[in-house]
Amino acid sequence: MNLEAVRAIYVFEMGRTFRTLLQSVVSPVLSTSLYFIVFGAAIGSRIQEVEGVSYGAFIVPGLIMLTVLTQSVSNASFGIYFPKFIGTIYEHLSAPASFLEITAGYVLAAATKSLAIGLIILATSFFFVELSIAHPFWMVIFLVLTCLSFSLLGFIIGIWARSFEQLQLVPLLVITPLVFLGGSFYSISMLPPFWQSVTLFNPVVYLVSGFRWAFFGLADVSLGLSLAAILGFTGLCLAVIWWIFTTGWRLRQ
Amino acid sequence: MSAIVTISDLRKTYDGGLTALNGVDLAIEEGEILALLGPNGAGKTTLISAICGIVSPSAGQVVVGGHDIAGAYRAARALIGLVPQEISLEPFEKVLTTVRFSRGLFGKRRDDALVESILRKLSLWDKRDSQVKELSGGMKRRVLIAKALSHEPRVLFLDEPTAGVDVELRRDMWEIVKELKAQGVTIILTTHYIEEAEAIADRIAVISKGQILLVEEKDKLMRRMGRKQLTIELDRPLEEIPEALAGYGLEPGPVAGTLVYSYDSQGERTGITRLLNDLQAAGLQLRDVSTRESSLEEIFVGLVAGDAGEERS
Repeated sequence: MNLEAVRAIYVFEMGRTFRTLLQSVVSPVLSTSLYFIVFGAAIGSRIQEVEGVSYGAFIVPGLIMLTVLTQSVSNASFGIYFPKFIGTIYEHLSAPASFLEITAGYVLAAATKSLAIGLIILATSFFFVELSIAHPFWMVIFLVLTCLSFSLLGFIIGIWARSFEQLQLVPLLVITPLVFLGGSFYSISMLPPFWQSVTLFNPVVYLVSGFRWAFFGLADVSLGLSLAAILGFTGLCLAVIWWIFTTGWRLRQ
Repeated sequence: MSAIVTISDLRKTYDGGLTALNGVDLAIEEGEILALLGPNGAGKTTLISAICGIVSPSAGQVVVGGHDIAGAYRAARALIGLVPQEISLEPFEKVLTTVRFSRGLFGKRRDDALVESILRKLSLWDKRDSQVKELSGGMKRRVLIAKALSHEPRVLFLDEPTAGVDVELRRDMWEIVKELKAQGVTIILTTHYIEEAEAIADRIAVISKGQILLVEEKDKLMRRMGRKQLTIELDRPLEEIPEALAGYGLEPGPVAGTLVYSYDSQGERTGITRLLNDLQAAGLQLRDVSTRESSLEEIFVGLVAGDAGEERS
């Protein structure tokens, strides 16, 4: 196992995070705070409680998920796309490192960054709403698993993308709608029965549901199903990455 | 000497149908400097890329230091350093960070003393905290070399290391290559500059259309293929070459009043004494004589042109 390679990539990527701290951390925190102000304080005060939880607090898990998902995907996809774009990928391909080690370096760095942002947003939310966390351990587990699995997805997107436009395409056209329609701002039980069934095909529903359960003990789907969905998704991403490195798809000619 | 890199029947056909390597067989001896010469599109970069793991070969085998590059890729790649043809560097990174990164990526523990000595040797130490984008083209190329050396390779591939580099830097680069050789590093360099191969290589391999045309020690090659020319300057121009000198294959030189005599410098008899005697007998007065040896470039052009001719016939 070439752990030095994992460490080298991780340190290198975290170095870039610190170099671009304003863009990396401050901007997502600021935009999420705006959501709190608009949905929590301004509009939320006029919305009745959702399943016994004030609306401002109800949307906290969803807002954290929204940021963590988009950040994980964009961090990891940029991390691997940039070496491809400028040509330094030659070094990764010629290094005595396996697909698992290279992936681990990039994905752990991207996940660390999104985890930090998620926790900062959680801390910020205490300024805006009254919040208590029913199952802190599970809250952390869901947060970490989400950061990791969506960083894996981002890594795949970064390898797939052939232009900066494509790099933006998936987060913009796929991730954001899935998160908005995945029950971030509402309980899916509020939807008509037909749309409730349709929503169950959205993987983000399971993440938000499990994460919200960790906060309030309320869930749209069972905890076991949420965990199975996120672990299954992680496994699927790992299988795709293994295939990419074995075949050299979009990496090796 | 034993081979540190053995390439057997290596083939590569790209998805687009282009065959870049068409059965390459080559053994690279440990500790030598091998210059890989070939015209554009001959397969030089593909060959290096296939050995280093950047291009997947279609068929064939490469063994580096006893390790198969496919089956034992970790052990094989750990021995290899690569300086690519394109300047590919993270523009916003500092020189020191990017060199340290390369060492880590190749599984080596951080070694500040070693990295410092490499950067000093390449005159990069003063620039260690500069961002890569602030450096000149020549300095960037040095950073690429520093990155490749940072993980202490036993085999170093230099893909056109002096392309677009000024003469002074090119000579510096040759010094670095010679020093590395003295440390026992095997060096394979591709180049367009025959002068470069002539100056530093121990052996020359010529590649054309994805096949190795020849591999030979540089000195032997130059002796074997080398023709010498004797240029004779007469005191006055000749209307025509006298009958008595017809057997020498004399040709008019570039300047009026000169004759050029080509001979094999390795031949038992060069025929020079006899020619000079015959010139005197013909009543010609000599003003000056000079000799020159054919350069590697002429040999190379002859080889590649010959290869193209064979294909046509």
